[in-house]
Amino acid sequence: MFGVLIRIDSVTKRYPDGTVAVDRLSLEIPDRSITVLVGPSGCGKTTTLRMINRMVEPTEGTILLDGQDILQQPVNTLRRSMGYVIQNAGLFQHRTILDNIATVPRLLGWGKDRARGRARELMERVGLDAALAKRYPYQLSGGQQQRVGVARALAADPPVLLMDEPFSAVDPVVRKGLQDELLRIQAELGKTIVFVTHDIDEAVKLGTMVAVLRTGGRLAQYAPPAELLSAPADAFVEDFLGADRGIRRLSFFPATGLALLTTPIVAVDATAEQIAARATGEAPYLLVTDLDGRPLGWSEPHELTAGSIDPGRLLSHGRPFVPGTDSLRAALDCAVLSPTGWAVAVGADGRATGVVSQQTIAEAIRGAHAAVPTDAPAPHSLAKGGPADAKVAG
Amino acid sequence: MSGFFDIPSDLQHSWLGLVGLHLREALLPVLAGLVVSLPLAQLCVRLRWLYPPVLWVTTVLYAIPSLAFFVLLIDYTGQTELTVMIPLTVYSLVVLVPAIVDGVRSVPPETLAAATAMGFGPVRRYFQVQLPIAVPAVIAGLRVATVSSISLVSVGALIGNQGALGNLINDANIYNRPELAVNAVLSMAVLAILADALLVAVRLLLTPWMPRAGRRRPAADVPDPATAALEDAVR
Repeated sequence: MFGVLIRIDSVTKRYPDGTVAVDRLSLEIPDRSITVLVGPSGCGKTTTLRMINRMVEPTEGTILLDGQDILQQPVNTLRRSMGYVIQNAGLFQHRTILDNIATVPRLLGWGKDRARGRARELMERVGLDAALAKRYPYQLSGGQQQRVGVARALAADPPVLLMDEPFSAVDPVVRKGLQDELLRIQAELGKTIVFVTHDIDEAVKLGTMVAVLRTGGRLAQYAPPAELLSAPADAFVEDFLGADRGIRRLSFFPATGLALLTTPIVAVDATAEQIAARATGEAPYLLVTDLDGRPLGWSEPHELTAGSIDPGRLLSHGRPFVPGTDSLRAALDCAVLSPTGWAVAVGADGRATGVVSQQTIAEAIRGAHAAVPTDAPAPHSLAKGGPADAKVAG
Repeated sequence: MSGFFDIPSDLQHSWLGLVGLHLREALLPVLAGLVVSLPLAQLCVRLRWLYPPVLWVTTVLYAIPSLAFFVLLIDYTGQTELTVMIPLTVYSLVVLVPAIVDGVRSVPPETLAAATAMGFGPVRRYFQVQLPIAVPAVIAGLRVATVSSISLVSVGALIGNQGALGNLINDANIYNRPELAVNAVLSMAVLAILADALLVAVRLLLTPWMPRAGRRRPAADVPDPATAALEDAVR
């Protein structure tokens, strides 16, 4: 169980014109985990984030950092102890990549060489080529700029990282890469990250805890993502989660427990005897693999002629899943992608390790549901379930 | 027959002396204008309501003919260089203030937010983020102000010998030596072009961070300040 690092205590932000951006919001943000604030535009998520580093001052309520009121230390000291990543990166266009990353260490009074050395380390950490060090921001792609933004935020090794829709301005492929990278970095560094997004999929993928805010700055639900998907607090949350939350929830169940069949697999150079031996009736199809054991496609046993198997005429096998790392969602996806209704499991090396039918997957899903009570009420608390326990790469 | 560079003795200068005098009378006002504009523009950026009245005042000042300025100033500063340079300083504001305001405002909001979030105080943020990013706009303004100032110095001939190269035009009339007028115009044009080129070089030096796509056709998107200045010279 993690401790609480940031405690937001019935905070309200009311603007002079009477607009209420945040309304009596209370949140306990756990240490060393990713807490996502998600909601439609105008729900006060960015305002909430900016109150944590005092770019916006709350009208009422208090925010405690590590038990201490954030108003008690000088504002710039507070800000330098929190990394900040923003949409479009907000890099300093007039400074080189290296000097951009070295900004906060320099503000903290580090020498130039030490700050740049640290910046080089971080470039490596976030997956940036060292050759980019002397470049200027305009010479980088959007995804690279965003990596620089993350590196810059991490430069002074702050315990807290505030991220304001950092990945929403890049294309989906790059965004997925950045998200995976963030999870990897987080696994290494264990920061307390507060992450704002309007994208519920991003929230579910990244969040240890997810706070769904509704328009007008009120908290709708605060729960781990699996709980959010299985037991949305009300119609607003359910609506916000979208139509296929049942399918998406399967991301949280590992595919390790599936009973794989290893018999109905033949190599492309199989003899007639081998084909006959494998066609035991356990499955109506045989999976044909190449000589290395990588899946090529499905076929009915009687369609296969030993010595002249044409890989082009096989039925497609969908995207194979890796039982150790993938979830039931990936397994189900593989099964429904193939006209045969069977999913192919592969090892990390891409070689087929077994096959499994939709029926077996469906039974596993029922089993998973039975293990986790889905209709339990979801209170607005984080007392339930330690963060990161049910997290599966999905 | 006197030569092209034989300057009548009443001007008490060689041609090079006139060039030096001209540059001093033209560039000091631009420098003074910059010193006044920087804080004024920053005030206009911080206090939004201040910008329209400031713009209005600088434009009205620009509309005052230099002769009127001389008449006002001559009681206080006499027939001196200072009497020429004060109006030139005032005129430069009409270009420099908006250039700096636009430059500082051109800093993307997310860059400013990032700077604030990283713990830059307002002063540090101004000098380390806003001003450096405003350099291209500031230099664009300086180019127009400089070239215009170089041509405007010649009106100093109206109050005696304070027009530097401009006095040659007057002398061309007195001594019936038209080549002196040609000399004055050509010398000023060359000075303006050289000063402009120097500022472009300074900008290139200060902004290695700018995309250099425009290198093949330099300054195609900027109105040529020399043209604007020649129009100004008619004033």
